[in-house]
Amino acid sequence: MSDLVLELNNLQTHFFTDSGEVPAVDGVSIKVHKGEVVGIVGESGCGKSVTSLSVMQLVPTPPGKIVGGEINFKGENLVNTSEKRMKKIRGNEISMIFQEPMTSLNPLFTIGNQLREAIRIHQKINKREARSKAIDMLRIVGIPRADAVIDEYPHQLSGGMRQRVMIAMAMSCNPELLIADEPTTALDVTIQAQILDLMRNLNDEKDTAILLITHDLGVVAEICDRVVVMYSGQVVEEGTTREILKDPKHPYSKGLIKSLPKIHEREQKLYSIPGTVPKPKMGRVGCRFAPRCEFAFDRCFQEDPELYSIENDRLSRCFLYDQKEGDRTENAEANIGS
Amino acid sequence: MQKPILEVSGLKKYFEIKGGVFGKKVGEVKAVDGISFSVMEGEILGIVGESGCGKSTAGKSILRLIEPSAGEVKFENKDITNLSAEEMRKLRRNMQIIFQDPYASLNPRHTVEKIIGEPLQIHGMSSAKERKERVKELLEVVGLSAYHASRYPHQFSGGQRQRIGIARALANNPKLIICDEPVSALDVSVQSQILNLMEELRDEFNLTYVFIAHDLSVVKHISDRVGVMYLGRMVELTDKDKLYDDPKHPYTQALLSAVPLPDPDIAKDRIILKGDVPSPSNPPAGCAFHTRCPHAMDICSKVRPEFEEIEDNHFVACHLYGEVQ
Repeated sequence: MSDLVLELNNLQTHFFTDSGEVPAVDGVSIKVHKGEVVGIVGESGCGKSVTSLSVMQLVPTPPGKIVGGEINFKGENLVNTSEKRMKKIRGNEISMIFQEPMTSLNPLFTIGNQLREAIRIHQKINKREARSKAIDMLRIVGIPRADAVIDEYPHQLSGGMRQRVMIAMAMSCNPELLIADEPTTALDVTIQAQILDLMRNLNDEKDTAILLITHDLGVVAEICDRVVVMYSGQVVEEGTTREILKDPKHPYSKGLIKSLPKIHEREQKLYSIPGTVPKPKMGRVGCRFAPRCEFAFDRCFQEDPELYSIENDRLSRCFLYDQKEGDRTENAEANIGS
Repeated sequence: MQKPILEVSGLKKYFEIKGGVFGKKVGEVKAVDGISFSVMEGEILGIVGESGCGKSTAGKSILRLIEPSAGEVKFENKDITNLSAEEMRKLRRNMQIIFQDPYASLNPRHTVEKIIGEPLQIHGMSSAKERKERVKELLEVVGLSAYHASRYPHQFSGGQRQRIGIARALANNPKLIICDEPVSALDVSVQSQILNLMEELRDEFNLTYVFIAHDLSVVKHISDRVGVMYLGRMVELTDKDKLYDDPKHPYTQALLSAVPLPDPDIAKDRIILKGDVPSPSNPPAGCAFHTRCPHAMDICSKVRPEFEEIEDNHFVACHLYGEVQ
């Protein structure tokens, strides 16, 4: 296996609010290798964005705090690293693209100004060199008239162009890891296709590892190598993109995939998971998904399931995959498969 | 043949841009630039397009929530564009709308009972007791419980709020409901619940929907016919199967090929469009799509293509299929 870039080990990020402690990320372990694209999927409130912010040490503190676990970036634990060291890592070795290209650029500065700032913080080059490097970066991400756009302000660009600028900025220091938090959610499908195409090229050419956070399984199929499914602050399933989309094991992933309207098939009625996504709460016992799960049995409400290994690197947090459940596992295989 | 419940012809909505010291008109945004279609009784017509293509403006102009600039809207064979405000108000009990944002479209200071009861009161149900009964009934129809009536919107999740929005639209037994992106703010697992609910309601109450959305898979799932809009114009309109299996307009083809599918086995020839959608305040001459079209010809930048029926029930606005090829 290629070398490990990022390893989250039982990461716990909790928020301390007036109404109590909220375990937004509740023991998440994820590995990202060099040149790999890993997707984190889940619905709103499952903790996928907080996971990515934790890696960058950007969780607003207070109320949020990493209360346990490790974030190993190339062998260095980022939890409790000094802010000075984090500043060196952020934007240089790990970059991040946010969902809203509209709000992540400063409206008062030109595109060039903001790109140059990012470049000059991490590289010792003069202003003129930084400018020409910024123009190069804009060309790489496919912005027409790059030498004119560099002197324009964010409001003069469209959403797709702004997201390209964000990618240019994120890639300008050749990071080893790019974290993209819903990079195409605010964009139209034709523009989304352009941006995904661009990210795939950057991944191919520069071998940058990408951690992609999304709720769109279509985007996952498009670009990811491996997928982690999250539910209520926990990883519930992990596997390759093909395994997850074609043969999901956990009842939640199964339901999620079945409830998507398909563009190439006709069906009378959509499958739907009953109930709604629960809010994370402290001291909850049992499987988080059990109240909505059609396969739930007594044990699901009494004990916390662990991530059971089905095959190599194929994990599912469901008692149905516990060897101890013997018969039930076989029945479930038959049932869930149907 | 069913009879059309809604006929729209040449509908236009231009927004004025004012500027300068005296607030003079300096231009206009052609949000909807002459669209025509009809909706049959009991049908679900989907309208898709990217942001800024005018699909929401079209929906609101049909109900005259925004006053259209030109064109005709006929509801049950009656032209409604010239009705007085009072007549329009009476008519609106038959034409309702469901909005996109379930967080913004419900008044946070009113209880659910007041929210759903208000349209009942406006349209003549004066007895408070009757209203209370009807509200309970409606809540149960949309899958909530009667005891929810005394709660406030912030106590509900997004999916539940959208159910309240649907109950409010259903309150006066409308015939036509315009659904403006009703599921795009919802999570996948909740989205499918709402889509199923809307289909059940259609069958139960014989409703007609105009379903506006940007998600092509959702529109495919729920609609009978689908219209595609680009920059204020309708570029293609046909049965959903025909549209998805055999799209004619180059924009529809590109749009369909750009949808990422959650299936690693489908190999795709993706048509990646260059550039961005032009501004509707200064749309390109001729065919609005010619600046990004892979098949653009000379004529495309000069003459606006007519919206014509090239096959049975398959309307396309493109010179590739015109006589002047």
